[in-house]
Amino acid sequence: MTAPINKGFQRKRESSNPKRIPPGQYETDVFPVLTAGPTQPVKTQDWLFMLDGLIEAPVSWNWDEFNALPKQSFKVDIHCVTKWSKLDTNWEGVGIDSLLERVVLKPAAEYVMAYSHGGYTTNIPLNQLKNGKAFIAINFDGKPLTAEHGGPARLVIPGLYFWKSAKWIKGLHFMATNEPGFWESNGYSLQADPWSEQRYRSDD
Amino acid sequence: MGIVCRRIHGANNDTDLMTNKQPIIEKIIWQVATVTNIKQETERVKTFTLSLPIWQEHLPGQHYDVRLTAADGYQAQRSYSVASSGVRSGEIDLTVDRIHNGEISTYLHQSVVVGDPIEVRGPIGGYFVWSPAIRDLPLLLIGGGSGIVPLMSMLRHRSAIKASNPTVLLVSVRSEFDLIYRTEIEHMANSTTGIVVAITYTRQIPKGWLKYQRRIDSAMLKEILANFSETPQCFVCGPTGLVERVATDLVNSGVPDKSIRTERFG
Repeated sequence: MTAPINKGFQRKRESSNPKRIPPGQYETDVFPVLTAGPTQPVKTQDWLFMLDGLIEAPVSWNWDEFNALPKQSFKVDIHCVTKWSKLDTNWEGVGIDSLLERVVLKPAAEYVMAYSHGGYTTNIPLNQLKNGKAFIAINFDGKPLTAEHGGPARLVIPGLYFWKSAKWIKGLHFMATNEPGFWESNGYSLQADPWSEQRYRSDD
Repeated sequence: MGIVCRRIHGANNDTDLMTNKQPIIEKIIWQVATVTNIKQETERVKTFTLSLPIWQEHLPGQHYDVRLTAADGYQAQRSYSVASSGVRSGEIDLTVDRIHNGEISTYLHQSVVVGDPIEVRGPIGGYFVWSPAIRDLPLLLIGGGSGIVPLMSMLRHRSAIKASNPTVLLVSVRSEFDLIYRTEIEHMANSTTGIVVAITYTRQIPKGWLKYQRRIDSAMLKEILANFSETPQCFVCGPTGLVERVATDLVNSGVPDKSIRTERFG
């Protein structure tokens, strides 16, 4: 079935970089906030980041320890399932690869459940987190990440719809099967590839 | 005409998610709806009634994605909350705020007429919904500006099913000219449906208005919460600044995190 033409409808503005805007998205230069519930108040004094589940020895870092890990700058495009895309966002944080090289995962570990303060969860295949594909961000635009945007630390996975970039991240739980997280259990895609427009479960 | 997909009713409700490990995946496909009615709600807001060839009952709070196609093939999509109750079968109401320089909202307002086709997909959303699992709980709905749209779906559905749970609606608008569904809300305030309605005007105060006339703050929320004898299930929807402040104030007033669901517009 072909889409009907809406008479008189025209593109309103040219994106600065149309090839970088996935299907169904529009470019924004603001940074919208979307959350299922209230912003989580997370203090760095109590902060711990954990790797657990199918791992030889579960490990955790407190805020000082985490900040002592090698940090990198990342400039990435991000895409939200609510249709906005923001290009060239600047972050500073610790690459997931840096964390993984400090641990030994069990062979069955193929998926990860990222979990956050407040109970939010999202599932990701391990191969979508490795090889430079993801990082734990602590700064945005040169300043500490605000609570509204997931501070003090959030997961950032630019290649997937941004609900997978869990705010107020607490840890990564390694698992053998692709268990659905919060939004995935509420109708959203397990895969979340913006370039294949996998927004909802029926798109998978 | 393509695939006819049936959705098993209740697939999105919380009890199904608790009892089934794997939720029933209903297929959400693009379909061509027809505009059957257009209502001017306020100067900037219109409601479009769409007749759907493949209609399935939505939960109050869910939305549809709308996709427009230009003659050169260019496409754009946006999401709009359903304003109507699911008891109206075969059609949905989408209430659209005309955003300044909005690519889709401007077109919908200026160019669409009754009889036009609009491609839509839905219903979408499983969390910001007034689902059967929480239907007996006292209910607090807080909306800012066009944030009232999904809340109206909840109130209309509540009326349709003749629910009687204690319910309070708090709306924040700039002026009386920005209050969408004004007549209907005033009717709800004056009827014996168990709904308490509170309106606060933040810029232009109507003549003779003696009630709330400021942005929602913790003192106002304290008074609103005093309407309830037990902690309500809260839904907060509107511009992100309002939602952020209200959600934080509710938490600080003792409402548990899990009782507050938010939907932010930008």
